[in-house]
Amino acid sequence: MATKQVNPTRMELTRLKKKLTTAVRGHKLLKDKRDELMRQFLDLVRENKALREKVEAAIAASNKKFVLARAGMEDAAINVALMAPRQEVYLEAGYKNVMSVEIPEFEYKTRTPDENDIYSYGYAFTSSDLDGAVKSLADILPDMLRLAEVEKSCQLMAAEIEKTRRRVNALEHVMIPETQASIKYIIMKLDENERSTQIRLMKVKDMLLEEAHGYKEKLYANET
Amino acid sequence: MYKIAVLGDRDSIYGFAALGLETFPVSSAEEGEKVLKDLVAGEYAVVYITEAMQAQLSHEIEKVRLQRLPAIIPIPGVSGNTGDGIANVKKMVEQAVGSDIIFNN
Repeated sequence: MATKQVNPTRMELTRLKKKLTTAVRGHKLLKDKRDELMRQFLDLVRENKALREKVEAAIAASNKKFVLARAGMEDAAINVALMAPRQEVYLEAGYKNVMSVEIPEFEYKTRTPDENDIYSYGYAFTSSDLDGAVKSLADILPDMLRLAEVEKSCQLMAAEIEKTRRRVNALEHVMIPETQASIKYIIMKLDENERSTQIRLMKVKDMLLEEAHGYKEKLYANET
Repeated sequence: MYKIAVLGDRDSIYGFAALGLETFPVSSAEEGEKVLKDLVAGEYAVVYITEAMQAQLSHEIEKVRLQRLPAIIPIPGVSGNTGDGIANVKKMVEQAVGSDIIFNN
């Protein structure tokens, strides 16, 4: 692997070692975060799927009822019947922090507590199919709101998981190995420098001694 | 205090008015885009949108995806279920996990 160009100095080595400890620690923390997010996400997404199937089936059913109701009544009559709704729904939105992801929590309030206020018309001029259709929609409303909450949470968490996963991978496969390689390179280089200094010193010492005592000349003199 | 909006073609959504949700009937994608922008800027926590309209406004919805509010939730319209809603959930799993492990059985 092509390592980055680093200065083989002790200062750089200390710096890199510190960087490595931080990276390893960050990697561990991020991995934990990813795992926990993933666990909660999978729970939520299963609920999301179940809710969505339920809501879609219920809306399809109530759409059928509305079509029936329209078949039995004039368009204008339906418009008049639904023109001025008596009921209103408000949402109170709170937030829950899950592993630094803020997911919404909805609480819904209706303007009037009477659940019959969904029928915004007198029953005289409308078909009973319309009552059934409106009722079926009203029944599914709590599930629809829960679906909105869960689906939004899933969206936010999915994005966060993707981000965290990228960070974990970048640390694990790029940052940490690169730093380790650099540290190894510096250590080798420093060791090599030390060895060469030592050899140089030994050599110089030999030469100095030779000059001071003249061993070789003595040896030569003894031999003759 | 937030409100709830329903966006789509009139036939699919007029029933929600009776429940006290605010309905915004639109007939074209351009109109839908304009209304959706207003809704996102306004006091709405949840926007239900018909799958047919969602398919036409996906780039606009994508921008809001990572905002905390509003939640834009596709619902089937009167013309039937296109499967886009479930496909969205599937896409989220793929984004998070890397492969689809919920729907493949």
